[in-house]
Amino acid sequence: MDKAFSQIYKIQGGNIYNAGKASTEIKSILKQLGINSFIIRRVAIAAYEAEMNVVMYAKHATMTFEVTPKQINIIVEDEGPGIADVSLAMQEGYSTATPEMREMGFGAGMGLPNIKRNSDSFKIESVVGKGIKLEIKININ
Amino acid sequence: MTLSEIVESLSCEVFTGNDQLHMRVEFGCASDLMSDVLAFSQAGALLLTGLVNNQTVQTAYIAEIKAIVFVRGKKPSREVISLAQDKKIPLLGTPYSMYEACGLLYKKGLVPTMVCVPFKA
Ligand SMILES: Nc1ncnc2c1ncn2[C@@H]1O[C@H](COP(=O)(O)OP(=O)(O)O)[C@@H](O)[C@H]1O
Ligand SMILES: [Mg+2]
Repeated sequence: MDKAFSQIYKIQGGNIYNAGKASTEIKSILKQLGINSFIIRRVAIAAYEAEMNVVMYAKHATMTFEVTPKQINIIVEDEGPGIADVSLAMQEGYSTATPEMREMGFGAGMGLPNIKRNSDSFKIESVVGKGIKLEIKININ
Repeated sequence: MTLSEIVESLSCEVFTGNDQLHMRVEFGCASDLMSDVLAFSQAGALLLTGLVNNQTVQTAYIAEIKAIVFVRGKKPSREVISLAQDKKIPLLGTPYSMYEACGLLYKKGLVPTMVCVPFKA
């Protein structure tokens, strides 16, 4: 597999009930590509938490998924409020989730720290009033 | 532990996965917080939860949870069942509370999976 595989997903904000389609599809593709299951699990968890954040907090986003011979990249660029204090948002347990989101099992404030933990390289950029960009890289070996 | 043994121990109803009851689960975990499942569970675990919606099944698929037990007599909707069928994740339901269901399985030797290591900041 010399040439990179890549796919772009559109994620719509708002409807938490059906959220998770892009990440589950990413997981299925990685399985078909025969990637190691430990790596797949890390990618899927990071993608899913990022996707849920878009659905919960932003208007919409594009999620770019790339597989190269060396690594898997997930880039999420959303349009939304952005995050005013990124280091606070990165803290375990910090959450502004609504009761409705908590009823769906999210809003424990573990998403961003868990994305970071599952990544080999993790970058977050935020512009308040515009949106955030996440760059997640996970090595294949 | 096989799913059949779990069905028997917890007097479970099988919502989907009747053909997968020979499946073995290695560990157990219990939570209503899907973010905690995503952060602390291990692949191959059984999940006990009171959360009965699509996100429970999606989370299980993402985190490689092998099967789900809904506690306290909670019943999944047809939509949730069909999502689980699609992802080949057996769904069971027990009348026991979360605490009792966990206790019963723990006593039968199903080991815990949630390893709560502190995050690096
Ligand atoms: N895409 C986003 N746009 C705006 N705010 C966000 C976004 N993602 C996360 N946040 C903010 O960061 C907080 C922490 O996120 P996270 O760690 O995923 O925990 P949780 O989603 O459980 O609240 C959120 O509660 C929210 O305030
Ligand atoms: Mg989150």
